[in-house]
Amino acid sequence: MSILKQLMHKCRRKSPWLFHLNTGSCNGCDIELVTCLSPRYDVEQLGIHLEGSPRHADILCITGPVTRNTLEAVKTVYSQVCEPKAVVALGSCPASCNVFAGSPVIEGPLSKHIPVDVYVPGCPPHPDAIINGIARAAEILASRGVPEKAKGEPQK
Amino acid sequence: MNASGLIQLFVFPGLLFAIPAGWFYIWGEHKAVARMQQRIGPPMLQPFYDFVKLLGKRTPSRRGIEADLLRLWPALSVLSLAGALALLPVFPSGHGFSGDGILLVALLELPSICFILAGFTSGSIYGEIGAIREAVLSVANNLVFLLAIVTIAVTEKTFRLGDLAGPSWNPGHWLGVFGILLCIPAKLRLNPFSTSSAEQEIYSGPLTEYAGAALGMWELAHGLEWVALTGLVATLVLPVGGPWWIHAILFVAVSFGEVLLLSAVSAATARFTLQRSIQFYWRWAAVLAVLAMSSAIYMRFRS
Repeated sequence: MSILKQLMHKCRRKSPWLFHLNTGSCNGCDIELVTCLSPRYDVEQLGIHLEGSPRHADILCITGPVTRNTLEAVKTVYSQVCEPKAVVALGSCPASCNVFAGSPVIEGPLSKHIPVDVYVPGCPPHPDAIINGIARAAEILASRGVPEKAKGEPQK
Repeated sequence: MNASGLIQLFVFPGLLFAIPAGWFYIWGEHKAVARMQQRIGPPMLQPFYDFVKLLGKRTPSRRGIEADLLRLWPALSVLSLAGALALLPVFPSGHGFSGDGILLVALLELPSICFILAGFTSGSIYGEIGAIREAVLSVANNLVFLLAIVTIAVTEKTFRLGDLAGPSWNPGHWLGVFGILLCIPAKLRLNPFSTSSAEQEIYSGPLTEYAGAALGMWELAHGLEWVALTGLVATLVLPVGGPWWIHAILFVAVSFGEVLLLSAVSAATARFTLQRSIQFYWRWAAVLAVLAMSSAIYMRFRS
């Protein structure tokens, strides 16, 4: 690996910016994600930063079981995050639809619609587990780089 | 342009110094706010990591004039700030020119105009709201900023930056410096005047549609803006003369002191609404600035 590639690998690992998308979550996982930014957990020391725009983000954090209303939003926001990107499914809902499985208004699990890199199970997951999941996603993101097939493809 | 001018543009206080210094100041602000909130805060190289990472991101492919303009605005901001840094009289050795203070004010204002235009060019509704807020805030704080600069110029009887540099016994000089300090939070979009890029409220304001290298250029411009604005105050308060290296160290120390002061203000305040921000500048700060300038003009005619 050349020095430049090593540098880029390190910078991607050290600077994962998040975009948080709620796809019909009960708000439990959202509260736990925001807790990670608080002084007790302080994810800023890992370079993690919650961004307002999906265009700025590297990691898409998705909570909720993907309701019918939010399905299009999930696909749009996923396409708006620029390559290289990773997806973290927070909580049991995006992984298995949890207690909502079988409901006619639920389009989950999330992996049916977009590729998921890291699952953080729990209802809700502990903030330590969320930080661990994001750190793993940052590692995946760093080793992934920009995929060749995505070059030149227009994004929404 | 002579050799010392080129050194000022590219080495000190120009790009070679200002880019790392800008990252250092941004880190200083984040770290100071984190420490005030009892957090550990980011590592020192965080702004560098962010910048390199953004350079390696794939950006959405756009075509047409809009794509060119979206790339032009951050580049123009960086260029104008590099020019502003080259004009800063860190070592007032007489290579400035008559009226370079006016050019400095114009170059410091250009990034704000580019920020507004970026918001309108992006076509995003959040970008447009952010651009309108920035435009209104810019009109509000520039009244005070210009009055402060004019106050200093009237007390020193010149617009030449080399002659404005250094402390003075005249109270008008210090009132002017205070006026500039009042405007810096609005120019750097820090709390309580962060309404134009209010994150989570209007996403990221004018930068909502930016990604990858162009966003990295905006981060770079923001760092240079920190160096230029804190450096302007530092040159106005630091005594002239002495060995150049002591002067350079003092310049960085005073600038970093300002960064810590602005961080404390930013950590201690919540975001003002746009109306509150305008009220602050037009109702309180402008009265102060007008009084300062009229007293400066009065003193000049008396002497």
